[in-house]
Amino acid sequence: MTAPDQWPLWEVFTQPPGGGPHEHAGSLHAPDAELALQNARDTYSRRGEAVSIWVVPSSAITASSPEDVGPFFEPGNDKPYRHPQFYKIPRGGGSE
Amino acid sequence: MSQPMVEYLLRLGDDRLILGHRLSEWCGHGPILEEDIATTNIALDLLGHAIMFLRLAGQLEGRGRDEDALAYWRDEQQFRNLQLCELPNGDFGFTTLRQFLFDAWSVHLLEALARSSHAELAAIAAKALKETRYHLRHSGEWVQRLGDGTEESRGRMQAALDELWPWTGELAYQDAVDVALQREGVVPDLESLRKPWEVMVRDVLTRATLSIPEGPPRMTGGRFGRHTEHLGHLLAELQIVARSHPGAKW
Repeated sequence: MTAPDQWPLWEVFTQPPGGGPHEHAGSLHAPDAELALQNARDTYSRRGEAVSIWVVPSSAITASSPEDVGPFFEPGNDKPYRHPQFYKIPRGGGSE
Repeated sequence: MSQPMVEYLLRLGDDRLILGHRLSEWCGHGPILEEDIATTNIALDLLGHAIMFLRLAGQLEGRGRDEDALAYWRDEQQFRNLQLCELPNGDFGFTTLRQFLFDAWSVHLLEALARSSHAELAAIAAKALKETRYHLRHSGEWVQRLGDGTEESRGRMQAALDELWPWTGELAYQDAVDVALQREGVVPDLESLRKPWEVMVRDVLTRATLSIPEGPPRMTGGRFGRHTEHLGHLLAELQIVARSHPGAKW
């Protein structure tokens, strides 16, 4: 048998009851999408935490790297006029 | 009608208690972490179903036995589960195939029981049916992947099917207990479930490239307390703590 760690890795996103956006719940190994969905249900939504689940192959995600921290995220911090603090920002359909 | 009803509920409860215990033996031994979690989740579901059926059995029996008394203080000959449920787990393929054969049967049976004229039984069946549908999806998907998988996985699944198939003859076993309850519309004629069960099972097994073996079914007996040599060992483990410390609380 091939080693279990040769199964591809999947990222799991769950949507809580009552609306709101899908949020990253964690990751898991599975041989294919259908079983990734089932494993996600058992691992991350056992007690009714979710009404919808997305699974995405981890390899499909392009992530920023630690070296990007400066150029990507710092420029905004010293320019208060970039932060629209006077507006209420709706989040997730405003169900909260 | 009370005694046939108690007997019938013991059959339903014991199937799930014993099979759930077998699944729980995989805890910490699953082939991969995710599957370990899934298998033991299903074990807990089955235990939950067993509690509901055995509790009602105890209430209707009226001798003051609750679900714990029924689970821990009956001996082997008083258990009414299918022999299929008590067979040792074998490898993951064997466990999964046994689960699939049982889940497919359970879905058909619970669907029928959810329409029972007995309101409490109907409510319990409807509740258990939801989770059982998920169990069937899980075991069915695995049977297809392992059967239609590598040479090794296919070989193991075919060996498991050759061993398990003769035990499925007991699924539709019925006797005077069933007849008494069928008259009042409490339970279905199990013979009528056999065909749709087999259609469903054959469909998945065909997609899994597995062939159903020829040959006669095994001798039955679980429904009237005749079991394989494996049940005694299982019960020893299941009952030892409760019997060593009667009435203990934790």
